[in-house]
Amino acid sequence: MNKNVNEKQNLLPAFAGIAVLLLLVILLENISDMIPGLPQVLQPTSPLFTVLKKAAVYSLVAVSMNLLNGFTGLFSLGQAGFMLLGAYAYAILTVPAEQKDQVYYLFGGCAFDFSLVDIFQGIFGSSGAGGAVSLVLGCLLALILAGCVAGFFAFLIGFPVLRLKSDYLAIATLGFAEILRAIFQWQRLGPITNGANMIKGFPTFSSFNITDGSGNTVLRLSTFVPFLITSLCIVLIVLLIHSSYGRAFKSIRDDEIAAEAMGVGLFKHKMLSFVISSFFAGVGGALFAMYVANAQAKAFTSTMTYEILLIVVIGGIGSVSGSVIATFLYVACSEWWLRFLDSEMYIGSFKVPLLRNGFRMVVFSVVIMVIVLFFSQGIMGNRELNIGGLFKRKAEKRQP
Amino acid sequence: MDNKIALHLENVTMQFGGVVSVNNLTLDVPEHKIIALIGPNGAGKTTAFNCITGVYQPTNGLIEFMGKPMVRSYPRSRDAKNYKGENAGKYAGESVLSPTPDEITKLGIARTFQNIRLWKSMTVFENVLIAKHMRAKQNVFSAIFRGNLQEEKRMREETMALLCEQGLDAYKDEPATSLPYGLQRRLEIARALATDPTLLLLDEPAAGMNPQETLELADFVQEIRERYGLTIFLIEHHMDLVMNISDYIYVIDFGSEIAQGVPEEVQSDQRVIEAYLGVTE
Repeated sequence: MNKNVNEKQNLLPAFAGIAVLLLLVILLENISDMIPGLPQVLQPTSPLFTVLKKAAVYSLVAVSMNLLNGFTGLFSLGQAGFMLLGAYAYAILTVPAEQKDQVYYLFGGCAFDFSLVDIFQGIFGSSGAGGAVSLVLGCLLALILAGCVAGFFAFLIGFPVLRLKSDYLAIATLGFAEILRAIFQWQRLGPITNGANMIKGFPTFSSFNITDGSGNTVLRLSTFVPFLITSLCIVLIVLLIHSSYGRAFKSIRDDEIAAEAMGVGLFKHKMLSFVISSFFAGVGGALFAMYVANAQAKAFTSTMTYEILLIVVIGGIGSVSGSVIATFLYVACSEWWLRFLDSEMYIGSFKVPLLRNGFRMVVFSVVIMVIVLFFSQGIMGNRELNIGGLFKRKAEKRQP
Repeated sequence: MDNKIALHLENVTMQFGGVVSVNNLTLDVPEHKIIALIGPNGAGKTTAFNCITGVYQPTNGLIEFMGKPMVRSYPRSRDAKNYKGENAGKYAGESVLSPTPDEITKLGIARTFQNIRLWKSMTVFENVLIAKHMRAKQNVFSAIFRGNLQEEKRMREETMALLCEQGLDAYKDEPATSLPYGLQRRLEIARALATDPTLLLLDEPAAGMNPQETLELADFVQEIRERYGLTIFLIEHHMDLVMNISDYIYVIDFGSEIAQGVPEEVQSDQRVIEAYLGVTE
């Protein structure tokens, strides 16, 4: 009986697991400096770190999409649009003031001629520890504001869009994302969005590497930073899902009519879920801009939304850990493990057939079709990876 | 009927296109009584329920709950032209009241469904716990950052207590849909009770039950009325159940009321017998 009454403890092992993971990431990043002569895979230039960074970013977006699609049952395809808003908000707020004229040279400077990092540097100083503090605070504030911008837009379009159901909602949100992408490339908005050109020069993940006076890297944190932010956000989402509101979201997914009859206000809760999901998609978009080191509207296509939807489906609709696992597998496959399919290969004098540029996408599509057709539950279904449970089961096995 | 009136329907008409499903229905549900609404298939009983609980906005009519107008409507725009019911102008010009189902539940009206609507992916415990969400004092931030631990604990304890009272505590961790049919019905009632209602609407609670289960249900309905001080308004097809427990019965056919009275009166009413058995010519 007490198990249900005091259920709050069961998230603690998961949080401990995340802390351990974060420490491992720092170790992994810096191990090549500590122990010389390691294989190429562990060197800082290895694709491993590209994959880890991109997967960390994508997993946040995937989990935010899962909150909406998997836990609230709202089939929305606006994720790329909200990422775009987040990416631009972050970029505009953090490009250093002295670089703005250079970035916006076609439009004679930016309408927002300040930078959050600069503002904090004005308070804490721009060198040494003060510089680090301003960078962290400035970026953190910009990330939160990026999320807020995305959340605010979600709130606005939520009024008309959330009255729609299933496929109609998907079409409306997809349309919204496409419209945003077009608007952000509009030359008239140039002083804000830099037109169709990219915004760059803002702090990226590698800005967080700690360097000594002469510019040598002392401690690499460029992979740790996206991991840290993503874990924080995912922890918040998990806390939400396990709260009273998360249960209300699930009741809407299972049966709207029953949920409404039991006092769960449909519009209020759908809006809540939509805004929160978009907030984290916005943060994810800002992280994506940091990852690619630029913000450009034409990167946030509907293909990106489908990619994320695919990750959610592969991981299991309604499973946070499934989404995270699927993201890492997906990104590793597309960016690293299946790369060999794109180049010609000879075994002895035998030329392996079919391998050529673009073949990777063919194999990838087949793999995805097989997953969707035969494993529609995805990796995790709607279960969660239970770290505490794993240990418990092992301990039970050991005792005869 | 000397009790205060809990629910009062006045001239409620629900028209779908050209079909009048509920026509000019007027009825009273006094506090702490068990009132039944019966009628043959397709008579409009469930539509009447859906009007009361806000699933549909009635085309015309007034519904009062605890003496206060809760739903009020009159035919407007296109409906006004096609309106086939009575009392078309009676509420015209008054403000339209059309609360959503969750607002009505918050006022203290809970319901069950004819075809059981439990949340399938959730356990018995969670099904009841969610119904507690509505009255919890919390907001989304306090819920995420766990500032509502007291409230959460209270919700869980109340849920547990309710499950024990309803004899469902042994199944609390089972998936809701794995329960036997009779217990699923009981769980749906428990879930409705978790919203702290004063008026409980039961839509065919005995549907699909065998005679033994139906007898138990009769006792159960009377027991929860006593224990929680409820008013009960039910739709039912099982005549023995209705005649057994109802204090007063309304009979409708083709949307209109054809008879009302205490069970004995209704049983011997010629029009009721005709409606149920057909007319001999």
